[in-house]
Amino acid sequence: MSLIESPRKVEDAIYDRLLPSGEGWTYELQPGQVLRIIDLEGNQAVDTLFYDADNLEDHYSAVATITGQHNLYLTTGTVLRAESGKALMRIVADTCGRHDTIGGACSAQSNGVRYDRSLEWMHNCRDTFMLQLSRYDDRLQKRDLAPNINFFMNVPVAPDGSLEFADGISAPGRYVELESLAHTLVLISNCPQLNNPCNAYNPTPIRLVIWEN
Amino acid sequence: MQIIWSKTLRPGGKWSGIVGRGRLLRFTALEPGANLSMLLYNAWNPCERYNMPDTLKAQHTAFLTMGNVLMSDNGRVMASIVADSLGWHDTISGYTSRQDIDQKYGVTRYQDQRNDWLRSGQENFAVELVRNGLTLRDLVPPVNLFAKVSVDDDGQLIFHENHCPQGGQVTLRTDMDLLLILSNTPNPLDPRSIYPSTSIQLDIFPANPIEPDDICVTHCPENQRAFENTWEYYALRNS
Ligand SMILES: [Zn+2]
Repeated sequence: MSLIESPRKVEDAIYDRLLPSGEGWTYELQPGQVLRIIDLEGNQAVDTLFYDADNLEDHYSAVATITGQHNLYLTTGTVLRAESGKALMRIVADTCGRHDTIGGACSAQSNGVRYDRSLEWMHNCRDTFMLQLSRYDDRLQKRDLAPNINFFMNVPVAPDGSLEFADGISAPGRYVELESLAHTLVLISNCPQLNNPCNAYNPTPIRLVIWEN
Repeated sequence: MQIIWSKTLRPGGKWSGIVGRGRLLRFTALEPGANLSMLLYNAWNPCERYNMPDTLKAQHTAFLTMGNVLMSDNGRVMASIVADSLGWHDTISGYTSRQDIDQKYGVTRYQDQRNDWLRSGQENFAVELVRNGLTLRDLVPPVNLFAKVSVDDDGQLIFHENHCPQGGQVTLRTDMDLLLILSNTPNPLDPRSIYPSTSIQLDIFPANPIEPDDICVTHCPENQRAFENTWEYYALRNS
């Protein structure tokens, strides 16, 4: 697990904003643009999906990304692939170490299944995703929501195949930086999860910074 | 028990169809080294589909075996694994593309090889998705029956080549009315340079009603709650 810092300076950025927990964000990146996601307070889960903005029917594929690199975890050098195999993004810097792509996004129903059916009323990432889709473009629907990336989340799989959500390995100020290799739509839900100890039951804001290159 | 229907999926073969709930699907590898990629959708509302992350995290596992269930993205049990001679089925390594197949096994064309040309998982899925009114945008991670892929401490994927013997068998019970899409194509991580020529037999039987001590219901509290969601869905659906 190697940590790679970025040479980019925030003062050179073309975009800079805070995204509180429980909120969504969509942005169309042009080829060559670079997105940095900063975990401001540590161990926040940033549930993220990508689409080919020139062909919205081609969404991020967790399994194509995993098998493309023969590794379960995402870090510097990982190419994020769509179902077609198209390379959408590349991770170019990472001061956290690794990121999850098999833990998925929380939903009303998954909260009910995992914790208690009385918790289905609580706010969740898939509701955020669907609200963002409803605002973005009629062409995107529930069927376009696929397994996503959870930046900064730690979901270790043991050699015997057991899987747990573990304490985070991130910390305040750690970041991941992604270069867009195509015209790519980014969809983020900054996770509002209050039932999972991986964020110490405390969802926190993130910072999103974009450079021309 | 009475077999309702049987089908042999040849190497490279595919199939799709609606299978009502309350059936047993018994898959048998007729030779060693099988891999059967499977997509599952709610037959009457296909924007509800198999969800790999929800299935794995609810059951605290990165693979599937007897006692596990396949959950939908609406928190319901779509199917349950009620018998399994193998102990491990993969759901993290996806399906093959045309490019994968050409690179690994050489370029084949119908013009030259006729029906011996080598099929890819994605093309098989494309045909069967479109046949059922869906498209490639509906692709999600499949279940790869008969394949074992584990990871080491660094996350490197390990494909277990001798995992599936001849006669290897796994039985799924349908807990919802499913649109099932099957592709008998190689696991993307299978390192063999010869396209696996492994036929798979599918036999479908009626399932017994679910008993309170059902191994999939009692496997963990998460499964119990997901079954309750499924039963509630059908209680509302069929008045
Ligand atoms: Zn969430």
